[in-house]
Amino acid sequence: MPRLRPYVRSVWRRRSFIFHVAVSDVRAGHYNTALGPLWLLANPLLLAGIYFVLLTVIVPSQSGGLTYIAVLISGLFAFYYTRNALSLGARSIIGGGPLITNSVFPRAVLPLAALCSSFMLYLPMLAVYAVFHVIAGLPIGQQLLWIVPLLVVQTAFNFGCALGLAAATVLVRDVTSALGYGLRIWLYLSPVLWTVDQPPDHVKPYLMVNPLYSILGTWQRVVVEGRAPDAMMLLLATAWAVLALVAGAAFFLSREHEFALRL
Amino acid sequence: MNSPSASEQAVVVENLGVTYRTMIARPVEAGERSLRFRRGRRQVRQVRALHDVSFSVPRGSILGVIGANGAGKSTLLRTIAGIIPPSAGRIEVQGDVSTLLSLGVGFRKTLTGRENVMLGGLAAGKSKREVREQYETIAQFADIGDFMDMPCRTYSSGMYARLAFAVGVSVDPDILLMDEALSAGDASFKERSAQAMQDLRDRAGTILLVSHGLRTVKELATDCLWLDHGRVMAFGDPVEVVNEYSHWARAKSAAALEEV
Repeated sequence: MPRLRPYVRSVWRRRSFIFHVAVSDVRAGHYNTALGPLWLLANPLLLAGIYFVLLTVIVPSQSGGLTYIAVLISGLFAFYYTRNALSLGARSIIGGGPLITNSVFPRAVLPLAALCSSFMLYLPMLAVYAVFHVIAGLPIGQQLLWIVPLLVVQTAFNFGCALGLAAATVLVRDVTSALGYGLRIWLYLSPVLWTVDQPPDHVKPYLMVNPLYSILGTWQRVVVEGRAPDAMMLLLATAWAVLALVAGAAFFLSREHEFALRL
Repeated sequence: MNSPSASEQAVVVENLGVTYRTMIARPVEAGERSLRFRRGRRQVRQVRALHDVSFSVPRGSILGVIGANGAGKSTLLRTIAGIIPPSAGRIEVQGDVSTLLSLGVGFRKTLTGRENVMLGGLAAGKSKREVREQYETIAQFADIGDFMDMPCRTYSSGMYARLAFAVGVSVDPDILLMDEALSAGDASFKERSAQAMQDLRDRAGTILLVSHGLRTVKELATDCLWLDHGRVMAFGDPVEVVNEYSHWARAKSAAALEEV
C-alpha cells in the first residue's frame, strides 16, 4: 500500500487532469445530440416527470401535490448523485484501459474524476429542484445552510463507494452488471419515494443499516421540511460516510498496484 | 569501458522477476458435459514474464531492448516505469521517468484535437500552462490544419496517429521508456517523426528503447539487452548482441522451416 501523504499530493498535482476528464465525460453523454447540454436539465426533468406520473396518476397513494413533488424530486436527484457516482466510479478503472497499462499516475485519479462527473451532473438537478422549491412555497431560511455539510457527507460516502467499486470491478467484472440491479433495489429501500417518518417504528432500526436512509433522510428533513437535522441521524450519516471512505480507500490502495496486470 | 560508479546509474535492475497469474479458458470439448453452462473450464496459469533479469543503464546512455514477440520487452519497461509490480528482485531509478509506450493515451475520440492535446498532455503529467505553451509546436508538428478543432472521430487513422505522436514526443523526461513501434504517417511525416525521435533522445538524459529495427539499435544504442522468454540472453555492445540475435533468429526460422 502506498504512503498516504505523497499519494494525496500526487493526486492533487493532477487536479486539472481530473477536471478535464470529468468535463469531457459529462459532455460525451450528450455528444452529437440536438439538445446538447440542455440534456443536463432535460434528464432530471424527465426523470422527475416519470416518477410523478407513476406515483400520482397510476398509483395515487400520496397527497400533498406540490410538496410531494418537491419531496420526490429532491430525494430522486440526491439518490441519482450517489447512483451516478457509483456506476461511473465502478467503470472508471476498467474503462481507463490504455491509460493504466501505459502510464504511471495514482490510479485514484480516475474514480475521483468519476465523482467529479457525477457532481457536475448533480448541479443542474439542484437548480431544477431549487425552482420547484420556490414554486411549492417551501421554507427558505438559515437551516438551508445545512446543505453544505450534508453535501460533504454524501460526497465522501460516494467517493468511498466509488473507490471500492472501481477496485472490485477490476477483480470481478460481474460487479458492473450486478450494480445496476443493486442500485434499483437501493432506490426503493431509501427515503426517496417515501418520507423518513413514514415507516413504522419497529422497521426503522433495520433501515439504519442502509447508509442512504440516514444520508438522504437528513437531506429530506433539512431541504424539504426546513428543519434542523436530527442529531442521531446526522451522526449516523457521518459515520457511514467515514466508514465508506476509509474502507473504500484502503481496499483501492491495497489493490491498485495490480490493476495494470488485470486489464 | 570503465564501469561508472553507482551514483551515475540511471536505472539499476537486480534479479528482477515478474510472474502473474492469468485465467485461461479451455473450450468445452465435444462429448464433455459441463455443469458450468458451456463456459468451458477455467484454469489459473502462472505466466513467468521476466526471470532473474539484471542489468544497469548509466546516465546519458541509450539501451536498446531486443527480442522476439512475447520475450518480455514491454513488461520490462512497464515494470521499470512502475506500472507493473515486480514479483522478485529490485529496481532502482534515479530521476523523472516518462513513458511513450502507446500513442493517444488519454485521448477521447469525441473530443476535438485541441482538447485532446490538453488531455493527453495532462495525462502525461504536464501542467495546464506547460501544455498551452507547447500547443503551437504540437499543432505545427501534427500538421493537420483545421482538423485541430474537429472531433477526433472524424480523423483518418493517419491523422489521428500524427496528432497522437506529436503529443507523445512533447514530453521532457530525465529517463524515457519508449516502444519504437510507434512510427506513424506518410513518408514526409515519417522523416519528421524520425527527427522528432532524435530530438527527444537528445533531450532525455537516458533512454530505454524497445525496438524491432535492429539497424536502429546498432546505430543509436550504447548498450543492448536481448531478452527471450523473460530471460537475459545477452547484454553488452549493441553490434555484438544484435549480430548474435540475428544468427539465433535465423537459425530458429531455418529449424522451423525444416520441421514442415
